[in-house]
Amino acid sequence: MARTTALQTSTAPDLLPDRWRIIGIFGACVASLFAAVVLAVAIGAVSVPPLAVIELTLSRLLSLPRPALYPETFDTILFEIRLPRVAITALIGAALAASGSTYQGLFRNPLADPYLVGVASGAGLGATLALGLNLHHTALGLNATPIGAFLGAVITVAVVVISAQVGRTTPVSTMLLAGVAIGSFTTAVTTFLMLLSPDGLRRAFTWLLGGYNGGGWQPFWIVLPYLIVGLIILQFNARALNVLQLDEEQARQLGINVERLKLTVVAAATLITAAAVAFGGLVGFVGLVVPHVLRMIAGPDYRRLIPLSAIGGAAFLVIADLVARTIIAPTELPVGVVTALAGAPFFILLLRRLKRSVF
Amino acid sequence: MTTLTLSHLSAGYGNRIILRNMSLTVKAGEVIALVGPNGAGKSTLIRVVSGVVSARGGEARIDGLDLLRMNPAQRAKLIAVVPQLIHLPEAFTVSEIVLMGRTPHLPFWAAESKHDCEMAWAAMRRTQTESLADRRADELSGGEQQRVMIARALAQEPRALLLDEPTSHLDLKYQIGVLELARSLAQEHGLAVLMTMHDLNQAGVYADRVALMKGGEIVAQGTARNVFTAEQLSKVYGVRVAVSEHPAHGTPLIAPIANGHHS
Repeated sequence: MARTTALQTSTAPDLLPDRWRIIGIFGACVASLFAAVVLAVAIGAVSVPPLAVIELTLSRLLSLPRPALYPETFDTILFEIRLPRVAITALIGAALAASGSTYQGLFRNPLADPYLVGVASGAGLGATLALGLNLHHTALGLNATPIGAFLGAVITVAVVVISAQVGRTTPVSTMLLAGVAIGSFTTAVTTFLMLLSPDGLRRAFTWLLGGYNGGGWQPFWIVLPYLIVGLIILQFNARALNVLQLDEEQARQLGINVERLKLTVVAAATLITAAAVAFGGLVGFVGLVVPHVLRMIAGPDYRRLIPLSAIGGAAFLVIADLVARTIIAPTELPVGVVTALAGAPFFILLLRRLKRSVF
Repeated sequence: MTTLTLSHLSAGYGNRIILRNMSLTVKAGEVIALVGPNGAGKSTLIRVVSGVVSARGGEARIDGLDLLRMNPAQRAKLIAVVPQLIHLPEAFTVSEIVLMGRTPHLPFWAAESKHDCEMAWAAMRRTQTESLADRRADELSGGEQQRVMIARALAQEPRALLLDEPTSHLDLKYQIGVLELARSLAQEHGLAVLMTMHDLNQAGVYADRVALMKGGEIVAQGTARNVFTAEQLSKVYGVRVAVSEHPAHGTPLIAPIANGHHS
């Protein structure tokens, strides 16, 4: 009798991952992002105490009376110089790491990064065209380069996807190859254009290396909607990305519309990457390394990996940008140089300590 | 009563016709083995019925529902496939993989519910993989992987189960284990089971009926005793065979005859 009852009440154990562990990992990531932002805003030619950063920002956000303790110059430094820069840098880091983890899942390739299918070369061409044709002297003004980069990136990815179509499908291997071919072609055109215009060359080259290009709060407000919409779309497709790790045929047999999934995910990742690259240039390594580090910590489930990559990528790039502008101040390094210089050895170290595949 | 009915099914890649005018019926509780030489179209048949390759003509229905004209999620609630070449993503755990079987039942925005966990757990118990729940896919043996894939298929709550060479790459013990599992799933859960096989002797023992394929067509179907004749098999496989009787089951026992062998 007791035996029967035991059998009947023996329900399934919780097969889902430990909720508290996941909350802990997300909490730690958010905390490091917060710490990175406060640190990056505090440090500079004039240092602002972290407490002042928090108090001044909170009082402004909540429309409270301003703490009189701190000099007025802090406000200018915080809200007009450092915070706008830190804010757009965080968005760029989030965009690159989120789309990097997405592409690693879509292509089932640990080497994939956000620039895989033509965003980088396309943005490079677009920006070079805008700089070479002096479009900033037109009505577009300073927005000429970001607009050029954004359009170049989106158009190039569209060309890659369209040329990779085989019948009604878009095989990822074909997409990869088309990405390489069209990428080389576009880069060649960019180089050619740069050589035609020696003046544009330096500016275009600097832009390509990545980093903050000024513009106050405007870049932040332009990139934010792309990032939010893109991340929501990616999040809703994350479970399907997990299933896709089995392979395309099995994903189809489990009810996934694989072709629609691929196109949706590429479109969303391209939009957020293009928006980020338009204002940040081609910052390397964030989109490759950050997702892998988080994979080691949080496992391979894309429903966690994509948002964690966004938060972690933001924190990582904010710190990298802080180093870029302070290490040999007053000269600034391009942030892409810092991410590669610091990221690569760190990543190799992690890989060597790793005993098994995390992919 | 579930019935999987294929009638006059044809399919191909490009100009190549792989399946020709194929008709076959699998009833609930029945195990049908699809045998034939490499390239006969066995795997293609599974891919057509599961919507991976589109059909050129004919019909595939389950309980009257048109499998060829329904969306992937609807189809995946009716038919589950255990694939031939197992590729499991290394870092995922067994429970994560079995829970993927719930995909057709979940709307795109939803996470797995308690009910989904229960269904996955039931599938794992049925396949004796519950002790592997927290193991990573790259820590599994071939036999364990095969059972995990069957658990994932069961978690779909399908009416028909298609297994593509479920015994290849397994040692004898695991082969028997998987075949017996397929049989009991058919009988106890009322699944219609269709599996492709290379081992004719095992097909004879474990399948209720066999269908012998060559060149995209069914050459003969029926009980193993009627289909697996020396003449028929020699014609289809192009090798001489001797057919005797299984000492324990009385089913056909097929032994190829080597050319120029003198004993």
